Amino acid sequence: MIPAERGAPLVSLRDVRFAYGERSVLRGIDLRVHRGQVVAIMGGSGCGKTTLLRLIGGQLKASSGVVEVDGRDVGKMGRSDLYAMRRRMGMLFQFGALFTDISVFDNVAFPLREHTDLPPSMISDLVLMKLQAVGLRGAASLRPGELSGGMARRVALARAVALDPMLILYDEPFAGLDPISLGIIGQLIRRLNDALGASSVMVTHDVHESLEIVDYIYFVSDGRIVAQGTPDEIRASTDPFVHQFVNAEADGPVPFHYPAAPIDSLLQGGRS
Amino acid sequence: MNAFFGSIVGGLRHIGKLTIDGIWRLGFITRFLFALLMASGQSVRRIHLTFRELYFSGVLSLLIITVSGLFVGLVLGLQGYDILQRYGSADAVGVMVALSLLRELGPVIAALLFASRAGSAITAEIGLMKTTEQLKAMDMMAVNPIARVVAPRFWGGVLSMPLLAALFSAMGVFGGWFITVAVIGVDDGAFWSQMQAAVEFRYDVVNGVIKSFVFGAVVSLIAVFEGYDCEPTAEGVSRAITRTVVTSALAILALDFVLTSFMFRGQ
Repeated sequence: MIPAERGAPLVSLRDVRFAYGERSVLRGIDLRVHRGQVVAIMGGSGCGKTTLLRLIGGQLKASSGVVEVDGRDVGKMGRSDLYAMRRRMGMLFQFGALFTDISVFDNVAFPLREHTDLPPSMISDLVLMKLQAVGLRGAASLRPGELSGGMARRVALARAVALDPMLILYDEPFAGLDPISLGIIGQLIRRLNDALGASSVMVTHDVHESLEIVDYIYFVSDGRIVAQGTPDEIRASTDPFVHQFVNAEADGPVPFHYPAAPIDSLLQGGRS
Repeated sequence: MNAFFGSIVGGLRHIGKLTIDGIWRLGFITRFLFALLMASGQSVRRIHLTFRELYFSGVLSLLIITVSGLFVGLVLGLQGYDILQRYGSADAVGVMVALSLLRELGPVIAALLFASRAGSAITAEIGLMKTTEQLKAMDMMAVNPIARVVAPRFWGGVLSMPLLAALFSAMGVFGGWFITVAVIGVDDGAFWSQMQAAVEFRYDVVNGVIKSFVFGAVVSLIAVFEGYDCEPTAEGVSRAITRTVVTSALAILALDFVLTSFMFRGQ
């Protein structure tokens, strides 16, 4: 594992707030991703994790605060600057988001063909290398519809790293995978990150797989960062939220019950 | 009494909301068209992208267009003969078939068929790409989805529509000839010569082509817009496809009236 502190962070969020209309989603987030690190952002469903990823990728703009990637303020970028940044960024979507009308090979070749003038033979070599790295060179001619969920995720991963990005973003990379595929994806995330010298930000709620592969973890709840630390610190944490999350307890700081009037008032005959 | 006024105010408010929503949507589609035109460079530079869509919306619509054109021509021939022979001018049936097809039925019916065959397919494809996050993925790969996905489909539709309408009219004329000349026995020479004498290139043919071009642009714009704008769920996509077909049909018929009233006022 790579030590946490190494010069200026690649990604840094300072007091970031975000709201969808009236509904406040993020309420002051501070977060850093150093070069070479794999960082996990964890939290329950709907806590604003994916929004954080979209802010880093520049798909959304923060209501206030600063989102910096490689020293530049993402919120102030125009379209061409944003696209220039995204060429150095890869993103793995929750269900892969492969282009269903073209083959696995063409999916991985897509960013190369769009952004480079490389001859077809070189594109072919690069694509097969990326597919070899995720173990799917033999599936190059298949269509996305013929792949299992885990395989589709691996193809999408090969596509996300096609241009050797400096930063890879993962949106729920483990969602809906069987234990074997889940382990494979976890190992690939770590290996590709280290082999490419990239940094990774992963949004997930899969605690145990993440603790095995990441360097640092942020816990988000109710739009704020409620806990953070290295995997060892998280395992040893006595923080009630972390404890509830890591041990999958139904009740705790995250309540089991949706807010309602006290049950006593109902039992005594009042319905409102 | 208060309830009565309340319901009137509620009704007015509803109409107001519908109007404002409609205007808002019109503004949105105009901005979308502007963004589309600005992003159309790639559709020309990488012409194979546009040709691919020309194949999907044009070539794959050939069957429905030719068969429908043929049947419309057959019916026009029968009806035209039936009416014209009462006045002893059955020879003019060729003129009637050709003019009704070139001026009205060719562009209008071909556009209606195009909206339901190709327009709905375009909306479904873009809508499903949105639902499965393919458009977002493209955007995250620094590829503008409007330039890469939307614009080629739009231009493919715009280019294929006049060609399809021309084919529709040609098949219709053939159908009319077949039923009146080959089956009923109208004079072959009279059929063609009267048609040649009566159909004017600038007035009849060019106006028909202009119509089909306008319809092609409107249907393609509605189709790509509804797909791009749809709610990213199965239900949202199905609603968007319905809207494409319904809005296109209304737009075609309304625009046809407007265009006809400008183009054909009697010389």
